[in-house]
Amino acid sequence: MNQEILAALEQARAAKRPVVLATALPGGEQRLLPDPQAPAALNEAAEAVLQSDESGTHKIDGQDWFLHAYNPPLRLIVVGAVHIAQALAPFATQCGFAVTVVDPRRSFASDERFPNVAISNEWPDEAMEAFAPDSRTAVVTLTHDPKLDDPALDRALKSNAFYIGALGSRRTHAARLKRLRELGHGEEALARIRGPVGLNIEAVTAPEIGLSVIAEIVAVRRNAPLPPKTPA
Amino acid sequence: MSQPLGEVEDVLSTAAAWRAAGELVAVATVTETWGSSPRPAGSQLAVTKSGRMAGSVSGGCIEGAVAEAAMKTIESGVPQLLDFGVTHERAWEVGLACGGKVKVFVEKLS
Repeated sequence: MNQEILAALEQARAAKRPVVLATALPGGEQRLLPDPQAPAALNEAAEAVLQSDESGTHKIDGQDWFLHAYNPPLRLIVVGAVHIAQALAPFATQCGFAVTVVDPRRSFASDERFPNVAISNEWPDEAMEAFAPDSRTAVVTLTHDPKLDDPALDRALKSNAFYIGALGSRRTHAARLKRLRELGHGEEALARIRGPVGLNIEAVTAPEIGLSVIAEIVAVRRNAPLPPKTPA
Repeated sequence: MSQPLGEVEDVLSTAAAWRAAGELVAVATVTETWGSSPRPAGSQLAVTKSGRMAGSVSGGCIEGAVAEAAMKTIESGVPQLLDFGVTHERAWEVGLACGGKVKVFVEKLS
């Protein structure tokens, strides 16, 4: 890989712009896609690779190309700068998520409690508006406080977030669903919320709960079969 | 300084940082897999002439052979497309015991 290509690739990644590094095999000629100068078939294949987020070798016009997808990091928005969020954030970072913790309570959402994690002290509805969750975003609410969690869940349900999870017991969750119904969300939308949040690993401690949450996020992202949540 | 996001899998940034610090670096990338190979296409292993390694292209079965090939590419500057699989004699030697097959592209960071 020459310096020019490497610099352009690093620049695209720093700008969080999705790109594909195309390498002709076995010779090694390389180019970044999309590129208006490139053949349309190559650009189309690159677009498909970015959409599926699956790098691979493709034969295009008789030439083998390895198309390496460089998508921006997945995002995780955690509402509630609580103890479980402290445990969840490093797991999620390790799994490749750019984590933002949202909590207007500044004593909770402090740099000291969340080193190396982006923090927003906005109210969840404003923060969610600014983040505009997309299909590469997971949203988890952890506060138990309806006035913080509900607006975040309401916005998440109106987005394409691939995962929505809400901490709380079955009873808390049933009450939460009732409130969200009153905001106009239908059953199909509400079924998107994973509650109680996390895989059932009988987690007790904050790190164990953090682990169960990130495990469920990964499972949903990778289309693993998951048992339905037991209704309240 | 905070670690780059997704740092565990961000082998290319590590390789680029090593290169910027004056190391001679090759990057190996899984380009195709068949069967039960443990790492998907796009997985990377960076190797320096001085012997540093980051990332992986298998569950540890072929890293040694890939690192050896990387040394050659660092010397020659010529990329290589390596083929590992159960039908490949070399793979038996290095032990791709999972029964999968992988192709690995090795290139120098110039």
